[in-house]
Amino acid sequence: MTTPADLKYTKSHEWIKQEADGTVTVGITHHAQELLGDLVFVELPAVGRKLKQGEECAVVESVKAAADVFAPVTGEVVAANADLADAPEKINEDAYLAWMFRIKPTAPGELAGLLDAAAYQAIADADRH
Amino acid sequence: MPFIPHTEDDVRAMLAAIGVAAIDDLFDEIPASLRNTALPGVPPGITEMEVTRLMQERAERDGRWLNFIGGGAYEHHIPAAVWQIATRGEFYSSYTPYQAEASQGTLQLLYEYQSMMTSLTAMDVTNASLYDGASALAEAVLMAVRAHKSAKRVLVPATVHPMYRAVARTIVRDQNIDLVEVPYCTECGHVIPAALQKFAGRDYAALVVPQPNYFGVLEPVDELTAWAKHNGMLTIAVVNPTSLAILKPPGEWAAGGADIVVGEGQPLGVPLAGGGPYFGFMACRNEYVRQMPGRIVGRTVDVDGRPGYTLTLQAREQHIRRSKATSNICTNQGLAVTAATIYLALLGPEGLARVAEASHANALALAHQLCAVPGVTRAFSGPVFHEFVVQFDAPVADMLHALKAQGILGGLAMTRDYPELGNAMLVCATETKRDDDLGRYAAHMKRILGPSRAVRA
Repeated sequence: MTTPADLKYTKSHEWIKQEADGTVTVGITHHAQELLGDLVFVELPAVGRKLKQGEECAVVESVKAAADVFAPVTGEVVAANADLADAPEKINEDAYLAWMFRIKPTAPGELAGLLDAAAYQAIADADRH
Repeated sequence: MPFIPHTEDDVRAMLAAIGVAAIDDLFDEIPASLRNTALPGVPPGITEMEVTRLMQERAERDGRWLNFIGGGAYEHHIPAAVWQIATRGEFYSSYTPYQAEASQGTLQLLYEYQSMMTSLTAMDVTNASLYDGASALAEAVLMAVRAHKSAKRVLVPATVHPMYRAVARTIVRDQNIDLVEVPYCTECGHVIPAALQKFAGRDYAALVVPQPNYFGVLEPVDELTAWAKHNGMLTIAVVNPTSLAILKPPGEWAAGGADIVVGEGQPLGVPLAGGGPYFGFMACRNEYVRQMPGRIVGRTVDVDGRPGYTLTLQAREQHIRRSKATSNICTNQGLAVTAATIYLALLGPEGLARVAEASHANALALAHQLCAVPGVTRAFSGPVFHEFVVQFDAPVADMLHALKAQGILGGLAMTRDYPELGNAMLVCATETKRDDDLGRYAAHMKRILGPSRAVRA
């Protein structure tokens, strides 16, 4: 699967989509779900929670692995994808469609520091050797 | 299966491979002040015959007593078949399974244990056990704080076993979790729901509810659970497993029941022993299962569709979650749980209920006989399960001493933990006592407290 060019990325394997209303949508990358394997559980941050960039705010769990998801930018959680509670496998099916939560950034300058698709692709490739 | 320890050659080869000169070098990081160089209490190697004789002599020093001490560990009849089966090599030599799925027998036993405990507590899920009742309460406190997410204080009534409170405090204090004491009614011996009002609000993660409590008294569990729920707290039940055969299980307490249930599993087929090994049990509602510590065995099917057992939800555990695991405990009390599973299977729900009823009846009969002795009164008016507190006009230590001289372990002094109760003693009678045992106890108490007042200083 190609890494979508219209998204931003982090080294810790989150993808970030800048929405028209100024919020950002966050999920984990295709590469991340591949590393984890079949997901069985997703824990999402509560709406209203204020996050700092880099803060642990969600957990993805497969049968024999678990990983934290980090806030890519500082801001307040304005939405969480409740569909994932019953169907975490949606992340395996299409990681870029199965968003996890949405943040209203309070430090928009942080967005410029995120990785573009090419830079993230290089990290993922290096992971795979 | 032969057990062959590594030879001196093996040890040398391993040390050479990692570039260390001696085994002691592996413990370099431990400061010399913390090292135990000599163990004066441990004799040099002796033969099996000598060990047998030594242990017999020590066992005889324990003596044979008519025991009325409860207070968290209880004397129950254990059918001979329990340990006959539990000590079969297939169970006895198995430890917590590291290559878990290769040990289908052990996993099946744990699964059946979990199923029985889930049924006994009326909860959704049970883990494969914890160390003991006290540490199980500590784990439940940590779990409740994780599940609650915003509060780091937990309400713990003074009617919870003092040792459980001490252990829980030790374990949780470095995580900045406060255990806040809830007072009890000194007339009735349990928590008064109205007295909780001063704690109302959302600053507490959970309320601990013991049933029966340390005094043997039944708490108003429905009111307490409903109050906790109403105030946004979880309910942690601390229960005696035998009592659950006749009392309403925590899963059926008011307002949807308790959220987490823990307790000491010793009454289920594990003999009394100083220091154990005993085992703790823990059950919870499905929504909190990912916050639960310990191992959980699940049933599944293999590639050919045959049923099989497996460790499940392992992402909670430290071999996967590392420092963020739900607990540093990733084991279970395999042998004690094996005995409990066999005990429960042999007795069945009806047998366990008969044990509970007989214990309750004996406790009531003994309380009646003791309180017929002039000067002896029940400390509390609340209903009890198989334990009760009596007060009398003599120092408790003297009373216990005088009873012991007659071969009777009369109970547990309450003086240290509950000085406000004066000369008070916690007394337990289980199904193991006969009518003449109760009569003998009462007769001696009457004689000791009699006109000569021999025990009074």
